[in-house]
Amino acid sequence: MKNYITEKKGLLSWLFTKDHKRIGIMYLFSVFGAFAVGGFAALLVRLELFTPDQLILTAKQYNQSFTLHGAIMVFLFIIPSIPATLGNFILPLQLGANDVAFPKLNLASFHVYILGALVCILSIFMGGIDTGWTFYTPYSTTTDTAVVTMVVGAFILGFSSILTGVNFIATIHYLRAPGMTWFRMPLFAWSLYATSIIQILATPVLAITLVLLILERMWGIGIFDPAIGGDPVLFQHFFWFYSHPAVYIMILPAMGVISELVTTFSRKNIFGYKAIAMSSIAIAVISFLVWGHHMYTSESELAATLFSILTFLVAIPSGVKIFNWIATLYKGSISFETPFLYFLGFLFLFVIGGFTGIFLGTLSTNIHLHDTYFVVAHFHYVMFGGTLYAFLGGLHYWWPKMFGKMYSEYLAKWAFWLIFIGFNMTFFVQFIMGSKGMPRRYYNYVDEFAIYHQISTVGSWIIAIGFIVMLIYLVKSLRSGKKADKNPWGALTLEWLTDSPPQYHAFSKTPVVTSPPYDYKASSHE
Amino acid sequence: MEIIQNLTEKGTFFLPSNISATLGEFDTLFYFILWLSVIFMVGLIGVSAWFLITSKRKSSDQLAEKQITHNIPLEIIWTVVPTLLVLFIFWLGFKQYMLMRSIPPNATTIYVSGKKWFWEFTYPNGKKTIGDLVVPVNTPVKLILSSTDVLHSFYLPNLRIKRDVIPNRYTVLTIEPAKIGNFRIFCTEYCGDKHSNMLATLKVMSNDDYYAFLKAVDFDDSIPLSEAGKQLYTKKGCVACHSIDGSPMVGPTWKNLYNANRVFTDGSERIADEAYLIESINYPQAHIVTGYQPVMPSYQGLLVDQEITAIIEYIKELSD
Repeated sequence: MKNYITEKKGLLSWLFTKDHKRIGIMYLFSVFGAFAVGGFAALLVRLELFTPDQLILTAKQYNQSFTLHGAIMVFLFIIPSIPATLGNFILPLQLGANDVAFPKLNLASFHVYILGALVCILSIFMGGIDTGWTFYTPYSTTTDTAVVTMVVGAFILGFSSILTGVNFIATIHYLRAPGMTWFRMPLFAWSLYATSIIQILATPVLAITLVLLILERMWGIGIFDPAIGGDPVLFQHFFWFYSHPAVYIMILPAMGVISELVTTFSRKNIFGYKAIAMSSIAIAVISFLVWGHHMYTSESELAATLFSILTFLVAIPSGVKIFNWIATLYKGSISFETPFLYFLGFLFLFVIGGFTGIFLGTLSTNIHLHDTYFVVAHFHYVMFGGTLYAFLGGLHYWWPKMFGKMYSEYLAKWAFWLIFIGFNMTFFVQFIMGSKGMPRRYYNYVDEFAIYHQISTVGSWIIAIGFIVMLIYLVKSLRSGKKADKNPWGALTLEWLTDSPPQYHAFSKTPVVTSPPYDYKASSHE
Repeated sequence: MEIIQNLTEKGTFFLPSNISATLGEFDTLFYFILWLSVIFMVGLIGVSAWFLITSKRKSSDQLAEKQITHNIPLEIIWTVVPTLLVLFIFWLGFKQYMLMRSIPPNATTIYVSGKKWFWEFTYPNGKKTIGDLVVPVNTPVKLILSSTDVLHSFYLPNLRIKRDVIPNRYTVLTIEPAKIGNFRIFCTEYCGDKHSNMLATLKVMSNDDYYAFLKAVDFDDSIPLSEAGKQLYTKKGCVACHSIDGSPMVGPTWKNLYNANRVFTDGSERIADEAYLIESINYPQAHIVTGYQPVMPSYQGLLVDQEITAIIEYIKELSD
């Protein structure tokens, strides 16, 4: 029997496919590529920091490396990671649909992504860029590096993100299977819905900001550069008006994946379905009102105070989700396979990320910690420990569905523990050196911080080994993995009704939904 | 060599020593949040571990023992209690922040100017220093910050305070150190190649020493001029961008600079004589040597004539 992989042959049948599954797979390999480049840049940065003075890079190369790491990881990896790969592949299947609402638009979004990625890569060959991924003015308008190219790349990538968002919203509105009411929709779909809202509303602001930045650099229109009458803090407002909601573009889909993982591997109906679904929407809305917490050290007292309160309020829905996930474990039937380990890893690391967020949301403690390694550690706990862990959990969970093959559970557990230990080694010490005063984006540092940096650098090597192990067993799985069943984990959502891997038309007969998404049975009835 | 207090040796596990006369409470709040987090964290891990151990799947077809989809009182508790707690933390942080931002009326004013890549300080009597911020102990000092090029940020870890330094705008920071000694100052807003070298030292002195410092004339005329120039080379921050061994840095090297032929970006050429060197120090943007960026700030007013002469003597000495 043919499946979506064997249905048609040849490279062109992939590059111009309108099949959401193939587009999802192409996105998957693209973001893997981006992750490899961004990860390599991170390893360079960490290696350079092994000693207080110059080791392998010049100051300029170091600044370009951390900029490249940030820009690639944010724009090319984390933002598209879950929605464009797992979302593209799984969302329609979860809704019982054979494709997204606009398949051609979906392909266009992928082509736009590749174009944007190529432009970003081009900037490396045009001399790189040394502004940090935040492009703060007036540094970014005056440095002699390839800022315009990288910014054009980010601008193009934004459209890819918008197109995916539009597509998902339409898909969720119109292509749900008969009987799948809004509150019978899996939580992964809810999280993508909330994400899409942010993508559509916030990304245009980034586009406007980046266009203004380009105009400022090329023609000196005098909006951001104070030397010609502009206001550099205005740029920060514009930039974070997108980039803070973007943090939720990154974490909301992760929370959706986590909800799927916890129910499947505990065979439990999710605790507080509506609370989790609605908190995603609440986060999406409030996320637009907290951008100013990136600027306590430059904005007025009144603004800082308002943004601090709102920041604490946005933390509450995330906290509620944590409690719901833990409560879901209660009296379940829990199986500790790799995806569930990533769920546990997520829970542990994301909670640390959340608690350290309190230090940063609080006005006075922020003033001390702002722009130190404490912030670096905090957002790596949230983005790596949160989003990347959920992405890896989701990848291991849906891998058998996507490729019809199982992977080595033994090696997968090794990779999990290597990454987990390496991650904590790399980033926990950064909290300590940060609160002791080590500023971020430093090429050299005062000798007393050497020991912390050395522990951190060794940790980064352990992470790298973990990912190499993962690469090995995933490639092995594709070549010679055990054939996967339709539903290897015993999950209830609709994507598991399809073949592994699904046929080109995944559902020959449209499924009819008659129950909530996680309607697991219990052994005792009361 | 003067001793600057090590940030990791003294102080507590997470924080450097606190020398602020007004923000002692900062550390209390920091550790309050920390311990509250630890307590919650231990609770969450404990409860999760208990669920994981008691609910482990033993046979592959085992169902969950119970299906529980909600519990309204529990959900209200875990929404309301954290909300109240974080609002309480907000309040503590807000009070402390307002204290940080308030400016005592009797404060001494010192102007701070951030430039790529050094800090310049101007005292009430017009005296200027580069790289050393000298302040009296137990006296509120109001720092008025501005930048002449890109964003910088003025960070004093031992005083738990920082403020962004913005071109064309003045921002204010108040400090009141309660301890005599030398402490670190960092730039914490990324500003280019030498961002991590944009350090300064906070020198807290007794009131008498501070007034003596204000009155003292910097220039030491007991040593040869070129020797004084050598000292100024590090003291005034030239070292950040100009090498003395011939290696190219952000700016041209001083080795064999004197009487060398310079080619400029506008195509003109000139011999690097005294007049040219003085112009380059006071009006660095007048002629830019090809291959370099126009990034050097003007030293006009920062160096007295004697100091300029000393630096030129030093440059001469570096030439064969």
